[in-house]
Amino acid sequence: MSEHHEVASKEKYGMVIDLDKCTGCGTCTVACLSENNHYVREDESDKLHSVTWMKVYKVTNGAPFPNTKVAFIPRPCMHCDHHTPCVSVCPVMATDYNPLTGIVSQIYTRCIGCRYCVGACPYHARYFNWWDPVWPEGMHKLLNPDMSPRMRGVVEKCSFCNHRQQKAKDKAYVEGRKELKDGEYVTACAEACPTGAITFGNMKDPESAVAKLIKSPGAFRLLEKLGTEPKVYYLSSESWIRELADNALGRKRTGGLA
Amino acid sequence: MDRAWIPEGVQRCGAGAFFSWMALWLFVLGAAVSTALLILWKGLNQTNMNDYFGFGAWITVDLGVIALGAGAFFSGFLTYVVRVKELKALINFAVIIGFICYSSALLILTLDIGQPLRGWFGYWFPNIHSMLTEVIFCITLYFTVLTIEYVPLILENRKIYANPVAHTLSHNFHEAMAIFAAIGTFLSFFHQGSLGGMYGVMYARPFAFREGFFVWPWTFFLFIFSAISTGPTFTVLVTMILQKVTKKRLVPRESLSVLAKIAGWLLCGYVIAKTVDTYYWATHILPARGLTFAEQYHGYQYGMWLPFVEIGLCGVIPALILIIRRLRENDKWLALACVLASTGVVLNRFIFTVQTLAMPVYPFDKWYTYFPSWQEWMTSLAVIAYGALIISLSYRYLPVFPYERDLNPPAR
Repeated sequence: MSEHHEVASKEKYGMVIDLDKCTGCGTCTVACLSENNHYVREDESDKLHSVTWMKVYKVTNGAPFPNTKVAFIPRPCMHCDHHTPCVSVCPVMATDYNPLTGIVSQIYTRCIGCRYCVGACPYHARYFNWWDPVWPEGMHKLLNPDMSPRMRGVVEKCSFCNHRQQKAKDKAYVEGRKELKDGEYVTACAEACPTGAITFGNMKDPESAVAKLIKSPGAFRLLEKLGTEPKVYYLSSESWIRELADNALGRKRTGGLA
Repeated sequence: MDRAWIPEGVQRCGAGAFFSWMALWLFVLGAAVSTALLILWKGLNQTNMNDYFGFGAWITVDLGVIALGAGAFFSGFLTYVVRVKELKALINFAVIIGFICYSSALLILTLDIGQPLRGWFGYWFPNIHSMLTEVIFCITLYFTVLTIEYVPLILENRKIYANPVAHTLSHNFHEAMAIFAAIGTFLSFFHQGSLGGMYGVMYARPFAFREGFFVWPWTFFLFIFSAISTGPTFTVLVTMILQKVTKKRLVPRESLSVLAKIAGWLLCGYVIAKTVDTYYWATHILPARGLTFAEQYHGYQYGMWLPFVEIGLCGVIPALILIIRRLRENDKWLALACVLASTGVVLNRFIFTVQTLAMPVYPFDKWYTYFPSWQEWMTSLAVIAYGALIISLSYRYLPVFPYERDLNPPAR
């Protein structure tokens, strides 16, 4: 359990989601769907079979009206930093941790669909393709050419829009730079969020917005007690949300899914 | 009409009755194979598994039959390495049961992965950190060993044995069997452990996480322990069922008693180890993750009754029956103990497979339930049909039970 992924790298990408700003509008989910070529089934009401890399949980503090409070928790892949649960269990190395960027990737053409990573991930951030991807007639013209669609029978998940990093790096290379500037590589969800609740960037760059935000007093992560060290941070001034984010022995559990 | 293929000196039912029996099981197997083809064609959306229950009935069946199939390697170890002479009477049958269990497990695993055509990636791109990699390698190698152990028995069929090449091969295989038994024990030991380790290393799933015994999760050892204590009881149970169906005594009662006694004492040890494990899990592992023991159980399907049934009813009680000679020597008590012990290990595998995933890890999430679809039940049923066919064929045409003739002298 002592495996750390620290290498001499100037990059480690992370995300900060300000829950006080999030309205639960779902734009991040739609942007993610569109950017990453998700297919949409005719009936998407069964959420246990639908692919939603950026899922938004609606939670309440459990208090009766008029003291009821509601919050929305957008949840991408946490890109766990410590002994990444999915990476260590995959029998065929279809998922990998990049020590240069901290991004956990998924190789769809390598995945055998054993779903061991789905079992190991505590965040439910991994999705199995239960069906062949099918798009409505003509919609294939709108697909993102930078992102491969996934076939039936493989597991997939949020990649922090890794293809966008490749594009940004290409651009920087052409301009004679080796390092990316803050804001040059952002995920589709961060770019689309109408309230600016999602910030994405290089946590190792002390001048980056994420590096500053993760030091905020209200910053926390989901399920910190598990020790996976997620690279997705949340901000909230509401103590009940922070308490709801992690298991606490003996706490009277009042809040939960709305 | 098949008399020439039946071993000499033993009585078998008429060809009509036998082929009717085979037709029945072939029908069940055919239906199950059709279901399997449906799944291969349409995909795993034919199951009730989902993104919460990535593991379901098939993995439970897989782990269950592998644990129950442990009677093969453990009996082989006792017969060829420890030299428990009483077990020579049922080692052939134990090998056949093991062969059925392991080949079934491999077939179901192939069906259970989303990309069956990429099954070989497990050998070609192995992640040495993954317990599943060890499972894939060990289960394949041990299946090979079981096949090698089964082949000489097939070669001993009266007709095949008449062939000089088959005769020589069979003889040489027998000479080397102790080596294969030892290799099989080693391989099986590791893969039983790896199956347990698969769950024990999921450190972000507190229901299953058990790491900390040097470099191993101790579920590694619990799975081995439970398999070697319950696998032999399954061997005894199937032998008793076969004796009941054929209305013959096929192995000396002493052989069953000896294996049952060894299993009983091992089960005692396992029950103690499992109790200590449960206590430590409840008092140390769960609190460290902000959880309580009570939170691990929910409602009826995932209720608190599970550990009591698993450890108490299906652990303590069969262990006591098996170690008390008076009870062990009674066929009904012995059968009851074997049923309970075999059920207990399958229940244990179900709990590790399904409840681990049903338990909400997020404090704001809820419990989900899973019930297998008819397609999953049908393909699981295939294991029983396949087993019945192999056992029926082997019993009819192969000299499986060396003492059958002595135990069933022809009526004068």
